[in-house]
Amino acid sequence: MKKENESANFFSRLWKFFASIRLTVVLLLSLAATSIIGTVIPQNQSPADYFHNYGEFFYNFFSALNIFDMYHSWWFQILLLMLTINVIVCSLNRLSTTWKIVFVKIPPFNVSKFRILSNKEEFTSNRPLEDLRNKYEQAVSKKYGYYRAEQTDKGFCVLAEKGRWTRLGVYTVHLSVILLLLGGLIGSIFGFEGFVNIPEGETVNSIRLRKTEQIHNLDFAIRCDDFSVSFYETGAPKEFRSTLSIIEDGRSVLQKDIIVNHPLRYKGINLFQANYGMLPPEEITLNIMSRETGMVYKKKMKIGMPIEVPEGVGTFVVKDYRNSFNYKGIALGETFIGILNRKDGNSINIMLPLNFASFDKMRKGDLIFSVADYDNGYYTGLQVTCDPGVLVVYSGFVVMIIGCLVTFFMSHQRLCIEVIKSGSKTKVMVAGTANKNKLGMQARVKNFSQNLAKL
Amino acid sequence: MDSSNLLSIVTFVYGFAAILYIAAWIFKKTFPGLLATWTVLLGAMGNAAGIIMRWVESYKLGIGHAPLSNMYESLVFFSCTIAVIYLVIERTYKNRILGAFAMPLVFLSIAYASLSPNVNDRIQPLIPALKSNWLIAHVMTCFFGYAAFAIAFGISLMYLLACGDKKGKGYLLSHFPKPAFLDNLTHQMVTFGFLFLSIGIITGAVWANSAWGSYWSWDPKETWSLITWFIYATLLHARLMRGWHGKRIAYVSIIGFMAVLFTYFGVNLLPGLHSYAQ
Repeated sequence: MKKENESANFFSRLWKFFASIRLTVVLLLSLAATSIIGTVIPQNQSPADYFHNYGEFFYNFFSALNIFDMYHSWWFQILLLMLTINVIVCSLNRLSTTWKIVFVKIPPFNVSKFRILSNKEEFTSNRPLEDLRNKYEQAVSKKYGYYRAEQTDKGFCVLAEKGRWTRLGVYTVHLSVILLLLGGLIGSIFGFEGFVNIPEGETVNSIRLRKTEQIHNLDFAIRCDDFSVSFYETGAPKEFRSTLSIIEDGRSVLQKDIIVNHPLRYKGINLFQANYGMLPPEEITLNIMSRETGMVYKKKMKIGMPIEVPEGVGTFVVKDYRNSFNYKGIALGETFIGILNRKDGNSINIMLPLNFASFDKMRKGDLIFSVADYDNGYYTGLQVTCDPGVLVVYSGFVVMIIGCLVTFFMSHQRLCIEVIKSGSKTKVMVAGTANKNKLGMQARVKNFSQNLAKL
Repeated sequence: MDSSNLLSIVTFVYGFAAILYIAAWIFKKTFPGLLATWTVLLGAMGNAAGIIMRWVESYKLGIGHAPLSNMYESLVFFSCTIAVIYLVIERTYKNRILGAFAMPLVFLSIAYASLSPNVNDRIQPLIPALKSNWLIAHVMTCFFGYAAFAIAFGISLMYLLACGDKKGKGYLLSHFPKPAFLDNLTHQMVTFGFLFLSIGIITGAVWANSAWGSYWSWDPKETWSLITWFIYATLLHARLMRGWHGKRIAYVSIIGFMAVLFTYFGVNLLPGLHSYAQ
């Protein structure tokens, strides 16, 4: 019996802890403060970079606290979890009271409470009671969703209200926060994020995951039919466009061009244009000029396959293609590198930078090599994602906007018009309350009362 | 005359209006205040005209896009939004001392755009990532939010000034609105700003999901907008549920606006996806 009490006691203390708005304030400010860390310290970089930038001590210290991936660290997740529990407990705690207020069959009105309001409006009228009653009921019915008229000892009163349901607005905002966190959770459990580079004309059916760097197989294959990039006159990129085909069972089932902001979505998997690059060439055409005879020979060759060089000098092979190459401290840019094996046993390295066609002249050899042509293809870089939580998150977005609109800009407004016969005249009192924006309600009551006085 | 020239003129119109409001407040004269209102109205119309002209000019250059794509354009839009919201408040509450605190912000924003050598006023073509219908919705909603927070900041400063003078005998404060009114107006501006900041973050998330495949990447700008959101969420909860009022709310509102400024300017110093906003 005692034990049960203790556990009940513990539970109620826990509930009380999480039902506190002070906790909400502390959690929101802690989340705000700690979030700053991850914007100052770059996230998810290579350990070597961190080690270099922060030194051994801070590297170890930050690693221990998961600072390098802080938004997924245990302590940040705990803060989020506590906020979620806090939101749920606070909402449940208050919801039962609000529920009883909102779902009441006959809204209770206490006329004496309206009488003591400081901002009530009063005027007198000469018209008969019944006449006023009809007119006022009509006026009220236009503005308020619910109204009723009650007979009193000395006259009557009209009681009206609207927006009782708006008291639920704040709970929908809280619900939306829970939906967002839930959607994020679903995404992180069941979704994935990866990338794949596809050379033009080729097909892939697997991608590499960004987090674990593992290979992930897809249920279908993706073929890159074409890639193109265009630039503005300023040199800034204008458009990256990939023509992709989805291939299932060897048949192309869908073809679509994707550009940035217009991804391809297929079977819950999204393909985004992320980057692009040049493919290393496979075939190259060389001009080989003999210094002695002035003859120019055109030779088409595959990378890595030796060819006989004209005039019986020996063999030549293109070994490598580099996107950037430095020669004696000078950046040459994209460069082919080859070796000339002469019959006399000498081997000579030959550099063929694409940007400097006559570069090989400076070697002062008997043959001058230059690049006439080479095949240049692109590969397209795709971001591949699957996130089944997106729908939940998006519904959270919609609920949040609606909830905020209701919570901030709509209120539960109650109005009371009391009409009392005093002598030959009738005295009219108009008073109203609202649970939010009380200044606005004051203005509305004043306005409404002036309209009634004119009737 | 092109839009940049017009907007440079608007800068001086706003500057003149700010001086008039401050003069009206200090010398307690009605005429400079009345003149100030009309000057702001003129400035705001010129500002809006400048934005529309720039839009048209971009189409004439063959790279047509809404003028909301870089630092210059956003600053110009920011000043226009603050000016318009301020005019609505002035008309609603019939108080011009607020102008002495709101107009300098309008002026500073557009002056930074027009005069700073760091801000390029050339119309540039859109990079692929910005080519989206979400651009207009995202930038506009964010700046409605920022503008409301800017005005809340100005009003919070007024509140702290008014409270610093307990006996109510300060010469400059004798015509000040009542602190309770300022406190209420701060709250009103913050709720307005909070709604638009939320919509701004949401449109940004939806856009990011269609451009990069992820609705949230903890990029510094995203994170700072969330930090700002947390701070104002704190303000709303503390006020509505714990009855915070007055000075404490004013301080939170000022801290919130500092976070807005950092989200807007400071983040450009950090690496991230929003680098084109420089």
